[in-house]
Amino acid sequence: MARNSAYPSKFLIAAGSLVYLFLYVPLAVVVLFSFNDSKLNAEWVGFTWKWYHKLFQNGDILHAAANSLIIATISALLATVLGTLAGLSIYRFRQKWLSALVLGPIAMPDILIGVSLLLMFILFNATLGMTSIILAHVSFCIGFVALAVQSRLSGMDQSLVEAARDLGATPLQAFRLVTLPLLKPGIIAGGMMAFTLSIDDFVITFFTAGVGSSTLPLEIYSMVKIAVTPEVNAVSTLLMLVTLVLITALSRISPMVLRN
Amino acid sequence: MSTFFTAALNRAERLSRILLSLPPGLYLLLFFAVPSLMMLFASFRFSGEYGGLAPWYYIDDGGITLDLTLENWQRLFETDIYLSLLIKSLAYALVTTLICVLMAYPIALMIARSQKRYRDLLLLLVILPFWSNFLVRIYAWMIIFSPQGALTAALNAVTSSFGLEPISLMFSSTAVIVCLVYVHLPFMILPLYANLEKHDHRLLDAAQDLGANRFQCFWLITWPLSLPGIYAGAVLVFIPSLGIFAIPDLLGGTDGIMIGNVIKQQFVESRDWPFGSVLSLVLTAITLVLVLVAAKLGSPAGENNGKK
Repeated sequence: MARNSAYPSKFLIAAGSLVYLFLYVPLAVVVLFSFNDSKLNAEWVGFTWKWYHKLFQNGDILHAAANSLIIATISALLATVLGTLAGLSIYRFRQKWLSALVLGPIAMPDILIGVSLLLMFILFNATLGMTSIILAHVSFCIGFVALAVQSRLSGMDQSLVEAARDLGATPLQAFRLVTLPLLKPGIIAGGMMAFTLSIDDFVITFFTAGVGSSTLPLEIYSMVKIAVTPEVNAVSTLLMLVTLVLITALSRISPMVLRN
Repeated sequence: MSTFFTAALNRAERLSRILLSLPPGLYLLLFFAVPSLMMLFASFRFSGEYGGLAPWYYIDDGGITLDLTLENWQRLFETDIYLSLLIKSLAYALVTTLICVLMAYPIALMIARSQKRYRDLLLLLVILPFWSNFLVRIYAWMIIFSPQGALTAALNAVTSSFGLEPISLMFSSTAVIVCLVYVHLPFMILPLYANLEKHDHRLLDAAQDLGANRFQCFWLITWPLSLPGIYAGAVLVFIPSLGIFAIPDLLGGTDGIMIGNVIKQQFVESRDWPFGSVLSLVLTAITLVLVLVAAKLGSPAGENNGKK
């Protein structure tokens, strides 16, 4: 007798495929209209590269893209160091307080992180700009790195460290020669995750950005607020391409992070 | 082992504990805990003449006088504008969560029951769109719902053939909810799949052998066992949906605004920070309650059944 549990029914496949369509059609529309030779995103007129040409002449967008890259790189580096320390510390010493601090910014809606940081920066008379954005991004990226490091640690065979210690390694040597190399994929994956989250962030950046520190998502927001133009489609398509490349690299390095 | 050696080891242990936990601990204290506390304090202060905050104390000949107030909290209850907006936002988030359950179930179950070698690919296809930029995903729906768009034209062809008024999809609560579902759907699919994948299929085989039909198999076995996955997904969908402001901002028009829009407005446009803080704290409180409830529901006691 055929087992119901062993394969998806026809109904499941049909319903599942519809959900896949729901996930992809909107993005396909964005990509398609970025090559459309019409100012309206309404009907297909003809193929053109002109929106991409326009994009590369748009100083604001290029400036914003450069800002995004700088912010994401620095935030990811800082978050990787701090997040790795946090992950090790929480795993090793079971610190509830640190765990709460690390997970807090992940659990809270972005808007709350954004407005409370805005409040603090202004009250401390700090100028809003690249620095304030980076400080804000690091605070929500630490948690993701810590989680990646923790999940790697919990999958690690602790007897390897014990063996190293039995063979005469000092705790520091055991850490440097055994734990750290085993941890490396987790750290790299966490760092790339932090980079992706930082370059993608809109809400927290929105509240902590100042004059001249606009990032790509902020630039898209202000363009879209004014009018829907195919230039936005072009920049969106490029952004998708960049993320696709990042994700492919990430899945090569550490497939387990994508699944968490 | 000599006591000297143990003491040295303890000292090294304590030192490493401090070296590891202090940098991230201090950082998050300064850039997460302190701002949150400052916001709590700001909710009891007066707003400044040109926005921002007024001084919370002033010095006169008698000494220092505190200048704090409960006014901002009272304002929350003075009119029913804010409470009804809060209820509306909760309703939007709830409807979004329910639609996400309905849409996530077939796809998660389909992946869980596919052959092992296809599962990773099918899962990756779920995650990919979720990695495209948040604003790009909203923008996609601005195109689809635009008045010149094909969807609006098609719908209006139908409505006009019934002699009804033309409808507009853009700037409506429908647009907001569709986009909320779109943005958060993977957060429901992933935990649900993680749960479904662990189900012991022998339970279903046994039920089938005992004469249960497909619906009974689903309703009596798969569904109850999948509840922890649904709870986990519900938190991941509900909390971010509740605080969102970009989607109502771009797709909601005046009817579709949510609590996040008013918070943003208080901080950015009308610059009434004390009241903005009150609204933010209400949102924080709701979030904390939900996280705690979810932690209770998702506790190991409820999750161990039906695993291989």
